[in-house]
Amino acid sequence: MALLRHTTGEIKERKALTVNPAKTCQPIGAMYAALGVHNCFPHSHGSQGCCAYHRSTLTRHYKEPIVAGTSSFTEGSSVFGGQSNLITAIDNIFTLYDPEIIAVHTTCLSETIGDDLRQISQKAKDDGKVPEGKVLIYASTPSYVGTHITGYSNMVKGILKGFVAKTGTPNGKLNIIPGFCEPSDMAELRRLCGMMGIEIIMVPDTNGVVNGPMTGKYEMFPKGGATKEEIATMGDSMATIGLGRWATTDAVNYLDADFKVPGTILGMPIGLQATDRFIETLHKLTGKAVPDAITFERGQLVDIISDYDQYLYGKKVALAGDPDQLLPLVELIVTLGMIPAYVVSGTAGKYFEDRMAELTKDVPYDCKYKCGPQADMYLLHQWIKNDPVDLLIGNTYLKYIARDEDIPLLRHGFPILDRVGHQYFPTFGYSGGMRLLEKILAAIMDRQDRDAPETRFELQM
Amino acid sequence: MSSKPINVEEIKKELIAKMPTKVARKRAKSIVPGAGGSGEAIPEIQANVRTVPGIITQRGCTYAGCKGVVLGPSRDIVNLTHGPIGCGFYSWLTRRNETDAGPDGDNFIPYCFSTDLTEHDIVFGGMKKLSAAIQEAYDNFHPKAISVFSTCPVGLIGDDIHSVARQMQEKLGITVFANSCEGYRGVSQSAGHHIANNQIMKHIIGTDDTPVEGKYKINILGEYNIGGDAFEIERILEKCGITLIATFSGNSTVESFRKAHFADLNTVMCHRSLNYVAEMMETKFGIPWIKVNFIGAHATAKSLRRIATYFEDQELLDRVEQVIAEEMPAIEAAIKDIRPRTEGKTAMMFVGGSRAHHYQELFGELGMKVLCAGYEFAHRDDYEGRHVLPKIKVDADSRNIEELEVEQDATRYKPRKTPEQLEALKAKGVEVKDYDGMIGQMDKNSLIIDDISQYETEKLIEIMKPDIFCAGIKEKYIIQKMGMPMKQLHNYDIGGPYAGFVGAINWYRDIDRMVNSKIWSLTKAPWQSEGPELEASYVAE
Ligand code: SF4
Ligand code: SF4
Repeated sequence: MALLRHTTGEIKERKALTVNPAKTCQPIGAMYAALGVHNCFPHSHGSQGCCAYHRSTLTRHYKEPIVAGTSSFTEGSSVFGGQSNLITAIDNIFTLYDPEIIAVHTTCLSETIGDDLRQISQKAKDDGKVPEGKVLIYASTPSYVGTHITGYSNMVKGILKGFVAKTGTPNGKLNIIPGFCEPSDMAELRRLCGMMGIEIIMVPDTNGVVNGPMTGKYEMFPKGGATKEEIATMGDSMATIGLGRWATTDAVNYLDADFKVPGTILGMPIGLQATDRFIETLHKLTGKAVPDAITFERGQLVDIISDYDQYLYGKKVALAGDPDQLLPLVELIVTLGMIPAYVVSGTAGKYFEDRMAELTKDVPYDCKYKCGPQADMYLLHQWIKNDPVDLLIGNTYLKYIARDEDIPLLRHGFPILDRVGHQYFPTFGYSGGMRLLEKILAAIMDRQDRDAPETRFELQM
Repeated sequence: MSSKPINVEEIKKELIAKMPTKVARKRAKSIVPGAGGSGEAIPEIQANVRTVPGIITQRGCTYAGCKGVVLGPSRDIVNLTHGPIGCGFYSWLTRRNETDAGPDGDNFIPYCFSTDLTEHDIVFGGMKKLSAAIQEAYDNFHPKAISVFSTCPVGLIGDDIHSVARQMQEKLGITVFANSCEGYRGVSQSAGHHIANNQIMKHIIGTDDTPVEGKYKINILGEYNIGGDAFEIERILEKCGITLIATFSGNSTVESFRKAHFADLNTVMCHRSLNYVAEMMETKFGIPWIKVNFIGAHATAKSLRRIATYFEDQELLDRVEQVIAEEMPAIEAAIKDIRPRTEGKTAMMFVGGSRAHHYQELFGELGMKVLCAGYEFAHRDDYEGRHVLPKIKVDADSRNIEELEVEQDATRYKPRKTPEQLEALKAKGVEVKDYDGMIGQMDKNSLIIDDISQYETEKLIEIMKPDIFCAGIKEKYIIQKMGMPMKQLHNYDIGGPYAGFVGAINWYRDIDRMVNSKIWSLTKAPWQSEGPELEASYVAE
């Protein structure tokens, strides 16, 4: 019997019920973003359950310590406001854990009762609960608006608001705001910029924080993360690149509007063309030449694609996840000659529909895609029931569909609860593209080997 | 590693030294020494009180206890989270409740159902969306029952989820009920267990009078089938010829809950999450309850004997002895092999509401000592024993949780034993309605800590250096970064079952593997292990 045995191909319109969501809520994105600042302690202003859930999910995804505080609301705080809980929390956190920064984000609860973080932070400072040299930053992240991507975006902007200043002396650096991606991807961005000789300030940067080494000593604040001093100078940078429309637009626009740092928003550099656009933008913005080493890596990726075309062409793929990741993935899939048959994302946005239409316009298949309400894995599964695909791409929750329908799954996105690798090996850039290709091909070729009749089972494929 | 003399009072002082005065005063009341051995007075511990904001608690919320723990593992109920998407998402398959869909094939556990409230609903109210969602769940899935869980914002906007449930029950003709389990409602998951149990009591238990066959009929209360524990217990009971009607709630069904009133005995595993259901079922149906523990081979044998003694039937007593005799050789062989490698090692356990007590049996079987233990969401009676129940103050937070008034059921009440019989059973060591709690069984040189904070955890490990630490996923990698194995006891790190006889052997093997793993001695690179000369010589080469 099937794991999702109650799912059938009979699609009934749903307007109220979400089943197996392809998204989660804002605060977890905010918590993750805050971890990308050095010596910063994320704090969840609400009931302790949210914080427990967000910590657990991030921990399961990264297999790393994820600590955060909570205001531990009870009925009283929910009626009278959470101010005193937050101030107590701030006092305790600075006393016991001594971070440099506390990054507070709200939850459904504190948002619904209308707690004002700006005012409470001021009160905490006035009451002397914020020691000399320590900083509070905050972001409003109501989970009934948007998704975890929205929360990430809000906190990134909150971080910038907390620190960025302008001295008027150009620092000659480039700001990079990565979207909700892996620490390994952030490291890859740094590597590519380094190869081009570009100095960058990257916020957030979770590399070294959520993929740290085992040393026999627990460090609540590991070495990684952008420092507040570094962030402070972002107003003097030459330009900003945001990677991921949903996750970075607000931050990029903020730097543009308030500090006159011109911004460019690109898709995440996943796959060939998206990486091309990223590298080209780096070149145009900084005037630095693209070194041969990067062109070499690009050529290797193109080489793999051309070598393995016959395994990919015409294969159908179903994807679920965040639009910032899905769009470049779909572009890659189309480039490979594959068909992005079904795509769902719980994160809404008109751009998604437009871009999907554009990307799939020449694809010889009636591709189905949906984002926003009821764009969930249940719908994706129903589509698959009606006309199956050859490959699934998305987070671990897709493994139930994968098993039921006997379709290989490439784990990508958030959360990945049952495999290792995403923390350490990027999918960004050309070399990340090679890794993606390797995984896609392995899935498809393993499958071909498994299914081949005796006569067609071949040593060399 | 450890076994150096320790003074628990000193340790306690160190744990709270750095805290702001008010916090230190509060935390001090939640930290007490054990009272092991006879004669010692059981100290009072502060429990089930609010967490201090900002000290990094490992606790979850009322919703988590209600949906995630108690109702979640009932496989044929559509559990619908009414709220923004997060709560539903995080409680989706994250508790490892193993499930066998059985012959009827109903299993909704792999699904996450949510009304996914958005800003519009928060402003204008979510009741319409909720009834529409219930309708759509029915149309798509045709379940036997639907239960609704409210999350924080729902409570604040005041959606009347109970009236929506009533209306939909009438309309659809299936059981529909709601749980007001907003996360802020209690101080921990515990409030949520209570809320769920109340609703199961009100809406389901005892609603099907089709008789259940079987000579010795029992229910298990508080066994959630993490990692398949309930399957192993079911195997053993079946072997003994004992009929298990319902497990609250691991791999369980509405059907089994409906017939639970046919049991002649309730056996309580997790005292915390289900003791009041046992009480209510006694009042309503006349079913006595006893505390059992199927964690640990000897604990399992003891519990089986207690059940058999309760039924006062020689045939059952003999059968149980025979089963124990069949199962024990494998246990003894495993212990003989493994114990030399685990003997004398030490552990700490900070888990939910009963495991920190139950698992001490298993460590004991490995010759290991538990230095410190505590619960995330227990109440004083779980620590001090049920005799403190009358002394527990009802505060504002406990008043939030409905206390059901149950009465003898007009037709279904049937006392299973006379007071004299119960008295006689007591003499044979089978005391009904009783639980001694954890403190009395722990050594005087150990510490019992309620709702331990991250800060205290780190300090405690620094001072006492146990060989293994047991807790949950949030603590896991923090502890491991310190170079020490960490066993998850909420979720078992994919291991299990650990209950019963087969489970005990699994546990011995896993603990052996963990405390003797090579990797902990390799955390330093060769050039880091020794003093400065060595470092210099590496540079020189
Ligand atoms: S505290 Fe409230 S919002 Fe948070 S997880 Fe629990 S019910 Fe959901
Ligand atoms: S949806 Fe709201 S209550 Fe639930 S976990 Fe997210 S922030 Fe917390």
